[in-house]
Amino acid sequence: MKKVYGSAAEALEGTLSDGMLIAAGGFGLCGIPELLIDGIVASGVKDLTVASNNAGVDGFGLGKLLDTRQIKKMMSSYVGENAEFMRQYLSGELELEFNPQGTLAERMRAGGCGIPGFYTKTGVGTVIAEGKEVKTFRGEEYIMEEGIFADLSIVKAWKADDTGNLVFRKTARNFNPPAAMCGRICIAEVEEIVPRGSLDPDMIHLPGIYVHRLIQGEHEKRIEQRTVRQKEAV
Amino acid sequence: MPWDRNQMAARAAEELQDGWYVNLGIGIPTLVANYVGDKDITLQSENGMLGMGPFPFEGDEDPDLINAGKQTITELARTSYFDSAQSFGMIRGGKIAAAILGAMEVAENGDLANWMIPGKLVKGMGGAMDLVAGVGRVIVVMDHTNKHGDSKVLKACTLPLTGTGVVDRIITNLGVLDVVEGGLRIVETAEGVSEADLRAATEATIID
Repeated sequence: MKKVYGSAAEALEGTLSDGMLIAAGGFGLCGIPELLIDGIVASGVKDLTVASNNAGVDGFGLGKLLDTRQIKKMMSSYVGENAEFMRQYLSGELELEFNPQGTLAERMRAGGCGIPGFYTKTGVGTVIAEGKEVKTFRGEEYIMEEGIFADLSIVKAWKADDTGNLVFRKTARNFNPPAAMCGRICIAEVEEIVPRGSLDPDMIHLPGIYVHRLIQGEHEKRIEQRTVRQKEAV
Repeated sequence: MPWDRNQMAARAAEELQDGWYVNLGIGIPTLVANYVGDKDITLQSENGMLGMGPFPFEGDEDPDLINAGKQTITELARTSYFDSAQSFGMIRGGKIAAAILGAMEVAENGDLANWMIPGKLVKGMGGAMDLVAGVGRVIVVMDHTNKHGDSKVLKACTLPLTGTGVVDRIITNLGVLDVVEGGLRIVETAEGVSEADLRAATEATIID
């Protein structure tokens, strides 16, 4: 079965519907599926729920889907860098479900592994625990969190072979593997698609079984906080 | 003289033991990395990295290499990368020996509030709730009082909690306190700060 598509629009064809749940990889602006986000903007699909650690910045990343009001609800751990997000949230146009970062990652991983719920100590005794089942294990309290089963996953990797095996680069891996795993359909965008046999099978980060469609393209890879140190004078 | 930011960071660095894997929060905790000296400490960045190096030289920035504060950083010879689920797996699983974090409030029972002020813009807890619930030892570094002069070391937190009973040690500009049965115990005071000064600036119960 052919996994490689010519563009984001082609890869997204037939996968989108209003009100769907999309899981997106990325941390801040690092390792985000820029091309597929643009493709979803262009599709006009609306009332989306998006599970993503962050919500992009104004005019870039998921911020583009906020600008067009295509997102109804975000499931995130940190959303501080986006003025339009805050405006929509404070005016009640946008729903927000805060998830502790590790709980969000594990909810995706669990969903992808067929685990509908799990117990964690994270958030016990805080607002996060409100309304959730509490269970005691070995004398300590844990809360139940549910796996995320997304309709579609959109992720970014560094390289892929044409069978969908993915290799990530440095900290751009972040939420991409768990996001990819939890989708009924997963589309990955990469910087380079290489022929099968070109990647070392021992160095595959995410096996192609999780990846249904693939595109290759140019990425802006914007830096959110450029920090440097000065070279000491010799 | 109370400690300044760098002195607090230096004091916090004394808490770290050779061979530890450690997570440093944003702000003063980040400065702790400057004071670990010869100790073999591996820093975790919860977005998916062990062995975090210093900021890059200008021109060497890599958009694929950032820390949890979204800042560009560098890798070291020991560095490894992994995904967010595994990163928080090692946090939740107790593999990280210690986290050094900032705080808005700490209570005498070890409750910590550092993510949300009601009525103000809420940005989210990020990984703070996972860290305090999972790591071996939680060390808070913060100013002892807020900008109005009110104690941040309280009998009970007033802000929404990040975790309950999670803090082990508090390092402030005035000294070091441990969370123990029944309240806080003074470990030491900053040079020139008396125990009376520390007690006067602390709302929480201090036991002898």
